[in-house]
Amino acid sequence: MGHSEEYQKLEGKIFTKSFFILLSVVLLGFYFVGVRYVKGIGAVSNMSDGYPWGIWITYDVATGTAIACGGYAVAILVYIRNRMQYHPMIRSAILTSMFGYGLAGFSVMVDLGRPWNAYNFFIPSKWQANSAMFEVALCVMAYSTVLILEFLPAILTSIEKSKWDRMNAIRNWLHPKIAPDKKTMEDKLEMVRLGAAWLNPRLNKVLIFFIVLGITLPTMHQSSLGSLLLIASTKLHPLWHTGFLPLLFLLNCVFIGYAIAILESIISSYSFKRPFEIEELSGLAGLIPFVTVIWLTVVIGDLSYRGQIHAALKGDFYSGWFMTEFLLVACGSLILFVKKARKSARWLFISASMIVLGGALYRFNVYLIGFNPGQGWRYFPSFAEVMITVGIVALEILGYKVFVALFPVLPNMDLHGAHKKKGHAKKHKGSEAEKHLPAGEAHAH
Amino acid sequence: MKKTSRRDFLKLAGATGAGLLACGAGNALANEGLQVNNDELGMLYDATKCVGCKACMSACKRVNSDYGSLSYEKAKFDEDGLWDAPSDLSGSTRTLIKLFKESEKRWSYVKYSCMHCQKPSCVSVCPVSAMTKEKISGIVDYNKNTCIGCRYCQIACPYNIPKFQWEKAVPQIVKCDLCKATNLREKGITACAEVCPAAAIKFGKRKDLLEEAHQRLKDTPDKYVAHVYGEHEGGGTNHLYLASMPFNKLGLPEIKPEAPAEFSEKIQHTIYKGFIAPLALYSTLCFIAVKNMKKHQGHDDDHQKGDK
Repeated sequence: MGHSEEYQKLEGKIFTKSFFILLSVVLLGFYFVGVRYVKGIGAVSNMSDGYPWGIWITYDVATGTAIACGGYAVAILVYIRNRMQYHPMIRSAILTSMFGYGLAGFSVMVDLGRPWNAYNFFIPSKWQANSAMFEVALCVMAYSTVLILEFLPAILTSIEKSKWDRMNAIRNWLHPKIAPDKKTMEDKLEMVRLGAAWLNPRLNKVLIFFIVLGITLPTMHQSSLGSLLLIASTKLHPLWHTGFLPLLFLLNCVFIGYAIAILESIISSYSFKRPFEIEELSGLAGLIPFVTVIWLTVVIGDLSYRGQIHAALKGDFYSGWFMTEFLLVACGSLILFVKKARKSARWLFISASMIVLGGALYRFNVYLIGFNPGQGWRYFPSFAEVMITVGIVALEILGYKVFVALFPVLPNMDLHGAHKKKGHAKKHKGSEAEKHLPAGEAHAH
Repeated sequence: MKKTSRRDFLKLAGATGAGLLACGAGNALANEGLQVNNDELGMLYDATKCVGCKACMSACKRVNSDYGSLSYEKAKFDEDGLWDAPSDLSGSTRTLIKLFKESEKRWSYVKYSCMHCQKPSCVSVCPVSAMTKEKISGIVDYNKNTCIGCRYCQIACPYNIPKFQWEKAVPQIVKCDLCKATNLREKGITACAEVCPAAAIKFGKRKDLLEEAHQRLKDTPDKYVAHVYGEHEGGGTNHLYLASMPFNKLGLPEIKPEAPAEFSEKIQHTIYKGFIAPLALYSTLCFIAVKNMKKHQGHDDDHQKGDK
């Protein structure tokens, strides 16, 4: 398949200024995580018995995993709809998914009051299949494992090709007395290399079954994330409480997934000073309206079926948030109906941002804003609580930056975008992109 | 080719995903009704008899203090622990008496504690079966040794009963368990019902309590709002209420007769019945993906041959 040549490592230093800025944010967040474990959740967060789920669940888990659905959405496109021209995008999408889900799992462990009992998820007598959370927990754990397996070829390939420069540098840096013997070290590294070379083709053969599992699992748990709030029929505002929550959450994560794949690609092209992959992006962008239109239709149809249209137009607190969410997704999609907008990096960026924001706001509305446990309860996250979430997001970005430098993740420019380089020298113009060959053709050769 | 595959995909997605979910939502609307077990244990609280002495609260704390490692709640100015006035149910308070005063003449006490639902939401949502409902007694019980502390029970409970110990590094959920391991085991009655000097709390089987409540409504209809709260709310509760003021003013929410857990479980069960839908989805997707891969590989090989 020649996958390894399809991707390349990012040249450049890892320890840049932004690395250390991100690192300090991460450390601050982890300081508060430490406080939480010593003094209890109440010491760092504003959560209460009325609002037992704060931003850790709402953002890190419910919204974070939707934002991490880029891998899911692109995998559907490539493997199920057979658009192999998007294959070069999949590794970076899977990488962000891997960090997104891994860190969602991490923040669950921060949020759980009694995390040491979490082993009960693996004890069949404790299983509780009625609980949507049981389904979400198992699925998310399984999916995180699948994501690691999906990303493994990138790591194995780079081990196979590695000259162990960094390892040797570390060895040379160590004091001779504690440094391992050069010969033994080389032998051991050679064994690792052989192991990787042995595993890589075998993994590649069965990888497709894991990839498909990686499409099935998010379908299950993303809809279950909506099912979680089905039970709160007296607390969740009627604008959002509906039997269609699972379907809405599923569609929501698909369009967020495509939009975030566009945003990621634009942002990483911009910040790593690589050419924009405008052909692929405009193709992706063309898919979003299909999904959002279904989503918007279900939302309106359901509201009118339940006779809640008036609540949406009331102009109060809840209808305001509903309209914001609805209009962000609707207007973001409208932009994408214009062919010219789909070819412009700027407009793609604007519309994808609106769709991600609107889609994420929907999840905030369901989990927090539309959630009213009764009189006398209020919730607004505390500084420490926010910093834990910000720290986790910073860790995600940090991990991404390090991984794209260590492993072949980003699309190989020499292979499929060589002729784009010139166009990028000045800021990208949409018209230039149209001249380029479809990336799929370039990559097939 | 591409056109067909897109249509196939949309068909597939429509059939497996949306169809199933829509079925679930549709089925859930048709209530099959749930079996009410009137032999379960419960309590009847008559707000018109309550004198607000809070003897039940202190008895509850005295009796249950060891179980679940609760300690007496202490006010800062009260070093001897003689004075205790919690303002709400909390990680150290399982039952609470409150006064709702509308005017000098219209007021009522109200007692809060677990409603011991016939179909409890907390049991339905607990992912690791830490919340359980006993088959015979109907007591909704909590096991801290299984609990992972996810607080989904708090989200689910329409009465906001389960409370979490936010201030502790080793927290747990706290709620009334009808003195299951303490007073009920020793004396066969809950501590609050035992000590109530005004006979405002009656302990017994649900059917006896219901009969008693309806008798009181019949005997002195002027005294009460003509409704036994908990008889039908959320599928029925074993903790029942009589009062002279509308129940929603006393902080007891208006809840439809269908248990919220019935609604959510029906949707969840329709999607995951026998795990057929996920398996079908997986195998269909596998089929498509493998076919696509083969097609693509064949394509690649052709190119390579051409190159040679």
